[in-house]
Amino acid sequence: MTTALLASYSLVLVYSAMGVYLFAFIAFTLDLARRSSESPAAAAVTAPAARVVGQLQSATSTTLLERVATPPAVPTRKSSGFERVAFALTVLAWLLHVGGTVLRGIAAHRVPWANMFEFSLTASAIIVGVFILVQFWQNLKFLGAYITGFALIVLGFGTVGFYVNVVPLPPALQSYWLIIHVFVATLGTAFFAIGAGLSIAQLIQSRRESNKIGGLKFLATFPDAVKLENLAYRVIVVGFVFWTFTLMAGAIWAEHAWGRYWGWDTKEVWTFIIWTIFAGYIHARATRGWRGSRSSWLAIIGFAAVMFNFTIVNLFFKGLHAYSGL
Amino acid sequence: MRTALFLLLLLAVAAVPGSLFSQRSSDPNGVTQYFQQNPDLAPILDKFQLFDVYTSVWFSAIYLLLFISLIGCVIPRTIHHARALRSRPPKTPAHLDRLGSFAAFEVAPGQTDAAGRPITAATAVDSARGLLRRSGYRTQLFDSASRSGSALSVSAERGYLRETGNLVFHTALIGILVAVGIGSGFGYTGQKVLVSGQVFANVRLAFDSFTPGRFFTDSALDPYRIKLDSFTAKYETENLNAFGQPIDYTAKVTTYQGTDAKGTKETIKVNDPLAIGGNQVYLLGNGYAPKITVRDPAGKVVFSGATPFLPQDANLTSLGVLKIPDGLKKQLGIRGLFYPTAAQNEAGITSSTNPDLLKPELALVLYTGNLGIDKGEPKSVYSLDTTKLTEIAGPDVDTKSIHLNPGQSVQIPGGLGSITFDDVSPKGATNELQSVPRFASLDIHRDPTQGWVLFFAIAVLLGLLTGLFVPRRRVWVKAVEHEDGSIRLEYAGLARGEDPGLDAAVADIAARHSQQLGLRLTS
Repeated sequence: MTTALLASYSLVLVYSAMGVYLFAFIAFTLDLARRSSESPAAAAVTAPAARVVGQLQSATSTTLLERVATPPAVPTRKSSGFERVAFALTVLAWLLHVGGTVLRGIAAHRVPWANMFEFSLTASAIIVGVFILVQFWQNLKFLGAYITGFALIVLGFGTVGFYVNVVPLPPALQSYWLIIHVFVATLGTAFFAIGAGLSIAQLIQSRRESNKIGGLKFLATFPDAVKLENLAYRVIVVGFVFWTFTLMAGAIWAEHAWGRYWGWDTKEVWTFIIWTIFAGYIHARATRGWRGSRSSWLAIIGFAAVMFNFTIVNLFFKGLHAYSGL
Repeated sequence: MRTALFLLLLLAVAAVPGSLFSQRSSDPNGVTQYFQQNPDLAPILDKFQLFDVYTSVWFSAIYLLLFISLIGCVIPRTIHHARALRSRPPKTPAHLDRLGSFAAFEVAPGQTDAAGRPITAATAVDSARGLLRRSGYRTQLFDSASRSGSALSVSAERGYLRETGNLVFHTALIGILVAVGIGSGFGYTGQKVLVSGQVFANVRLAFDSFTPGRFFTDSALDPYRIKLDSFTAKYETENLNAFGQPIDYTAKVTTYQGTDAKGTKETIKVNDPLAIGGNQVYLLGNGYAPKITVRDPAGKVVFSGATPFLPQDANLTSLGVLKIPDGLKKQLGIRGLFYPTAAQNEAGITSSTNPDLLKPELALVLYTGNLGIDKGEPKSVYSLDTTKLTEIAGPDVDTKSIHLNPGQSVQIPGGLGSITFDDVSPKGATNELQSVPRFASLDIHRDPTQGWVLFFAIAVLLGLLTGLFVPRRRVWVKAVEHEDGSIRLEYAGLARGEDPGLDAAVADIAARHSQQLGLRLTS
């Protein structure tokens, strides 16, 4: 098959994925609406001071195993039908999305992340992929509307604004570092995206908890603000490690391609700024008065800087990372 | 911590202007352009060092303060950590049930373990100690009598690596800063343009431009030579969406080191620099160097050579200058435009439409008069000062610019002689793809501490991984023997720093310990 044909099939898959994402987004939103009507009392569980959690049986007799302090009970909530449908649609959309991305790579005979269009495709696929995988660790499906909405916007801009035909790699990009550096950067971005979503939820939740805002009853089904903050932190530190590696891999590649490992190119500057913001975020957690909402703001600002780096810096700033293909 | 946080955020904000304004370090032409376009504003911005943000007083002040606060933090923490590494785990708290992670169970009197030995407080704590040791804990036994009976306990701590990683991370950041500083002091960068066939010898005068570090001495230059045998550029010819886009640049060179006269064949590519004599040699630019020969009216050659023309766009429309001070009746200045694939648009303006030599053409504007180089003042070879020159062929006079294809000659107006655009194609060539020599622009760098920077960067990453993900925790197992002979086993844990897995770890130890004692969990 020809490159152009494969590229057009890839685009068909991406458009299909966008369609399914749209339905997933609607279903996730309906799920949020459904959450509002659920009674929060049902979700609240009070932990007994001490309770029997099991029995120990030995050869001769039986002993009781008791647990005095149990971890704060998380309101366990049965997932609504909307949520299950939404998540299934997200997985389906993601499979189409990955299919489209892989086809694009096959069409180009290289990794599908060498220009803005391909970055949008791959980055959003990785963000949704990490979101899906994270569910095996923690149920974060309440972020579904945020993640699918975000993927839709990125794909929309990518296909409408940034689309370019398949072109070969310029000599500067012909390096295995293209695979490592860009992939890890997108992986870091995915974790920052989820961290920012959790931080936004934390901000609203903590406001609700301090009775600053009324309504928003669906938040009663979310984890509490402290739990949201802890989850955000754990996701973001993973992103931070990836980002640190991105910075280093980028420096090594820059040394190979441009003859210096650090030259304050605009993209390097912004990668550095993002690193510094998230380093600040990690320090904020150990700083009195900076836990909670202030930390959340830092996480959101950090992710906004990532988006700025990806869009505005790529398109409008002069620099050596001029690979938008536009 | 508050200081570090404040300085980190300040550093992030301070780095922003460097991306908004062109920087002298990365984009000197942009700065010049800004000065031309904003003659009033630019000097004011310059006063605030907005064109040299990353070497400015205010940016340096922030990061130096950050590093001072970092050192002020790392030193006491290192001392404290060194002590902690040698000390034993602390005494078991009296009330373990007040800790966040806690589990307990009662063992009925007279129980025996799997081997048939009776379970006592001593055997239970001893087996807990073995278990904790195998799990990487440092342990210490304590014996404390209380009202409810005698209590034996093991106090255990693990995860010292967390603080070690933390300290390695921060120390390595200091290491990077120091290594970068030393490297920029002793290193240098230089550029050299080589036309195919030319040789570069690594001495300071041979560089076209040379930027030494503060402590650089000429003795740091290793003697070696590089001969550019050929430079080839490949352009896309099949994919119409990318027609003419470069897909490969290859410079074939021969290097000579020391007394080696035969030389070594090497290849330099864009992502594949050449390491020689402590230097890295990068292929960062290329272009055409049309070979031009100027003869006097008698036919005697007064100038013949390939002159690098600087590329002006992606299709390699290139600009060059030739100065011929001697040999002709008058001094001759030539300003030339070279088009590898010349095409005229409807307005009659020539430009290049492809970077390859599909239809090479040279357009020359000629001047006579005073070239301004007689007094030995240094002048750029790429610019022509026309203030004391008279145009004799070009857009402003009757004799229009001279257009030449490879191999063609033309008489200079005024009977000064002739100019030839030499065709350098090999014998029997059927096209013009090799009719014009190419040049390669080599960047030659020396950075003596680059390896150290990499070493510290890896240390940063490893320190980060251990400092963030190794849990530091204390765990206690206590066995209280009651008067009736029953034993109460208590398990508790305390996190030191971020530790989401503490509850699970304590539960796991309780489960494994009871298993080891021969007790079986039924639900």
